Amino acid sequence: MSEKIKIGILAIQGDYQAHSKMLDRLGVPWTYIRRPEDIDGIGGIILPGGESTTHIKVMREEGVWDALEQFAARGGAFFGTCAGAILLAREVHNPPQASLALLDVSILRNGYGRQLASDVHEGKTKLSDRPIEMVFIRAPIIESVGENVEVLAKDAAHPVLVQQGPILAATFHPELTNDPTVHRHFVEMVRLQGHQPAAAKSPERASSRATR
Amino acid sequence: MDVINDNLWRVKVGLAEMLKGGVIMDVTTAEQAKIAEDAGACAVMALERVPSDIRKEGGVARMAAPRVIREIMDVVSIPVMAKVRIGHFAEAQVLEALEVDYIDESEVLTPADEEHHVWKHGFKVPFVCGARNLGEALRRIAEGAAMIRTKGEAGSGNIVEAVRHMRAIVGQMKKLTTLGQEELVHESKELGAPLDLVAWVAKHGKLPVPNFSAGGVATPADAALVMQLGAEAVFVGSGIFKSSDPAQRARAIVKATTHYKDPKVVLEASEELGEAMKGIDVRQLEEKDLLQTRGW
Repeated sequence: MSEKIKIGILAIQGDYQAHSKMLDRLGVPWTYIRRPEDIDGIGGIILPGGESTTHIKVMREEGVWDALEQFAARGGAFFGTCAGAILLAREVHNPPQASLALLDVSILRNGYGRQLASDVHEGKTKLSDRPIEMVFIRAPIIESVGENVEVLAKDAAHPVLVQQGPILAATFHPELTNDPTVHRHFVEMVRLQGHQPAAAKSPERASSRATR
Repeated sequence: MDVINDNLWRVKVGLAEMLKGGVIMDVTTAEQAKIAEDAGACAVMALERVPSDIRKEGGVARMAAPRVIREIMDVVSIPVMAKVRIGHFAEAQVLEALEVDYIDESEVLTPADEEHHVWKHGFKVPFVCGARNLGEALRRIAEGAAMIRTKGEAGSGNIVEAVRHMRAIVGQMKKLTTLGQEELVHESKELGAPLDLVAWVAKHGKLPVPNFSAGGVATPADAALVMQLGAEAVFVGSGIFKSSDPAQRARAIVKATTHYKDPKVVLEASEELGEAMKGIDVRQLEEKDLLQTRGW
């Protein structure tokens, strides 16, 4: 467990500090990503909560978007929470918007409604025996998942934590709790990616791209 | 503070967490809201008139018309905030029924109560309130504000008051971290703030809710300034739609807020901008014309 990996946290806007605190707890080095060159030497990328429209706008204009796509093409691992999950989804609704399309799911923004529908639930995941806290804030709903996507947790009828190869997404905010279960899982994913030969690392790219 | 573990409180503060590092823009129409969203605003604030017009035109400034707020909510996908008058809990009830995402109990509007603020714990929708110093910030948090912003001097286009307020809040917090328990009781009395909150700040060195800046931000460098002084996000009021180039200026202020520690990017953001809003020397304002002194 001692090999050095460093996680990059997208820091355009949003709750990126909460993610860095969680990584501090796990003793994992991290850095903030604000410019394309910040991705050099990174083992995995966290896309935090915040406003996906803002993230897309800023990343597109400043070259970070292209850098993320190149990182994905090299088989890099991603973990998106809430807005981050929206950026990873193959297809985005309400309204349709651009995405990195790395995860074969369709996702509905503000799926539960506005802030008044924000809530904290407890739920079981496949990651541990104990239920974890799930903080939903203006959360999206994963409407459908492709067959290569593993559902690691559901809340009511909806998948809320899903994984496809090196891509992990939560519609809730594990970074706003005291439970590092999901982050620990992502760090393990990044370590595993690091062990695989480069040629075998390329993930299946999701088949079609969301509407621009 | 027991309330910190309450789930409703956590999602109120949680939404404020999502806005960190971003720019919240004042808008008066759906069209302006769309421009703000397209420029990268992380939220919009719906109001009847921007502060500089309120200052110019006078009269009673109230909550925006629900029809206009609804139009704004329909046209953007980012969070929509709206302002209520200080102490006007019925306006707040109307906004909660309308399902806005955040309520700003704001000194920019004409106060409805000259002694009391809204009891914000009584609402499910989260509130943001202005503050000029730590005591004011903690009184608002005690009432249930889930986000604090400096008051600055709204509609002035002059950053001096926002700087004064941010420095006051940050400086007073620093001081608390150096005090012993028995001194905190005295400090609580001096600040006019509850001891449990004073003790929380002394222990953690920060507010228990996100601390944003507002009131006078007109340029990318203004945004970078308040962010470096400790603001976690920026509200821009008249500064955008009272400038000669709203869309471009909005985009530039978003860029400077993200990259506030990187002067080269703030320079980039500042170039090719047209004229900022005119601005007012706050020292020329009479006491009765100040908005920041509203709030108790």
